[in-house]
Amino acid sequence: MSGIIKIENVTKIFGPHPTSVLEKIQAGASKSDILNETGHTVGVYDVSFEVNRGEIFVIMGLSGSGKSTLIRCLNLLNQPTEGRILIDGEDIVRYSGKELQRFRQNKVAMVFQHFGILTHRTVEENVVYGLEVKGIPKEERKQTARETLATVGLEGWEEKMPGELSGGMLQRVGLARALANDPDILLMDEPFSALDPLIRREMQQELLDIQSKLKKTIVFITHDINEAFKLGDRVAVMKDGQVIQTGTPDEILNEPADPYIEDFVKDIDRSKVLKAVQVMSKSLAAVSLSEGVQAAVKEMESRKLTNMFVVDDDQKLQGVVTIDDAIRAREENKDLPEIVHQDYFTAKPEEILQELIPKAAESPFPVAVTDETEKLLGVVRQTSILAGLT
Amino acid sequence: MEAAVDYLTNHFQGVFDALKIAVLTFLYNMQLFMEWIPWWVVILTVFLLGWRLVRLTAGITFAALLFLIGTFGYWDMMMYTMAIVLTSVVISLLLGIPVGILLAYSKKTEAVVKPLLDAMQTMPSFVYLIPAIMLFGLGKVSALFATVIYAIPPVIRLTNLAIREVSKDMIEAALSFGSSRRQLLRKVQIPQALPTIMAGINQTTMMALAMVVIASLVGAKGLGMEVLISINRVDINQGFEAGLSIVIMAIIIDRLTQGIANRYNYKKE
Repeated sequence: MSGIIKIENVTKIFGPHPTSVLEKIQAGASKSDILNETGHTVGVYDVSFEVNRGEIFVIMGLSGSGKSTLIRCLNLLNQPTEGRILIDGEDIVRYSGKELQRFRQNKVAMVFQHFGILTHRTVEENVVYGLEVKGIPKEERKQTARETLATVGLEGWEEKMPGELSGGMLQRVGLARALANDPDILLMDEPFSALDPLIRREMQQELLDIQSKLKKTIVFITHDINEAFKLGDRVAVMKDGQVIQTGTPDEILNEPADPYIEDFVKDIDRSKVLKAVQVMSKSLAAVSLSEGVQAAVKEMESRKLTNMFVVDDDQKLQGVVTIDDAIRAREENKDLPEIVHQDYFTAKPEEILQELIPKAAESPFPVAVTDETEKLLGVVRQTSILAGLT
Repeated sequence: MEAAVDYLTNHFQGVFDALKIAVLTFLYNMQLFMEWIPWWVVILTVFLLGWRLVRLTAGITFAALLFLIGTFGYWDMMMYTMAIVLTSVVISLLLGIPVGILLAYSKKTEAVVKPLLDAMQTMPSFVYLIPAIMLFGLGKVSALFATVIYAIPPVIRLTNLAIREVSKDMIEAALSFGSSRRQLLRKVQIPQALPTIMAGINQTTMMALAMVVIASLVGAKGLGMEVLISINRVDINQGFEAGLSIVIMAIIIDRLTQGIANRYNYKKE
């Protein structure tokens, strides 16, 4: 993993003479004092962080915290007042007009909160806008448009005008337009905030699906902590123009660096953040087929369990046995395969608790956590779900 | 003011003469075309345009009204007036749209030009006939000059307004994909501004038409001249017929240009 984006001490001040205000803020004046005295707004102050290649980096903060200002520095829609922004080792702040144009055409693409769709162009013409600006020939543009529209689930809408589309579809067009350019970095400025909750959830899932295929570097802005923790590999929390904590969702959830973040975290619905892999127990795993009934009974008795998963020698899940069945089988000399139950639920490690709850409630057995090859990774018991939620 | 005009005539006579020749050539060809085109082609075209751009009944009405002008015996006069109006509209657009775009880009230019536009619109139009005559002499070119001055403000104002009102989101989006200034203007700002610019073109055309009577004071022939003559002769019939013809032209041009403007009115976000 290497830092594709490196931000060093970036400050952005809005107003007629931004550099004159720089000293004041370095001397420790507060944002509101500066606004009252000089009429300048401090958007972002002294922010530094790194974004790794291929990760989703979420910047979270309430409105006015400077997150949109910051993301606009990454493609110089806002020129930082001070600081360096290194992308692939090059300081983009120093770019000339032509270099900046080339950089925007090739390296970054942005998705906007209010979509920024050009209403005088058809869906397809919107998607190819970036390619058109680059001077890609028409046939190739058409081809790319069809492919990217298919990626975002809008095949067949090429010739429609934006006025005929719903908000969710418009944002799909916005996403397709950004993807069509095949940028290294995708900047997403609250892309789902203007959508209704159902569509938002759908789009979040789709973004994750697309990301698992394309592996772009994504900088994602949101004010919604649930969204931040769902999407982010790492999250930076902003307040008053500064980043006050950076870390994985887990780190922020468990060790909030600041009372402000604690407050934030309180609101979070943990069932939407915690994943199966975080609450499952590995030690209680399973008995293997070759060990037989005798071993199963012993395991369960010693651990005071009423049931247990059964795996083969490759750790592949075969079923679940109850202690009553196992004791009876021992008396009747039956073998494990004859008494396993198949009516249990499985879950993928990255499944969130919210999805596990109905599974755990419906079945008398715990939920088995498996990987793609059906290997048993761990077990989520009803009690561990409750423990995770509090 | 007089000194300024004197200075201009003394030092830049060549420029004004060249300008005069260019404009005259354009107008002359326009007139030739208007005289050459058969009357039934005009009526048919107006009918088709009216049908397509407005609706069928409008097309029929426009055709009938045009026919009425023909029965007044004013067909040639109308075509002549049309040539002058069209020429001044073309000149107004060629100057006005770029100036409007320039204003949208620069606050300073706007601060200078806006009062000028106010003056052009409020100054009684007879007043700038005088310097026009001094610069271009009596005749069609002076009439055109006065008409352009009178008719150009709406297209400048509305172009300026339209470019300024293009949504910030779209401009940001276009910039974020690395558009150059030219691409931004051509692919985003002008297409987005077009409905409003079309409204400006409509206004400009109407104002150019409103000038035809005044323009005839400095020697432009056509329907305006007919009105002027009838005033001098106190001829109610002739005055009424010529006046009515102008009104008919105005209505038809207005509805047709509005129809075009509506075509560009795609739903905004």
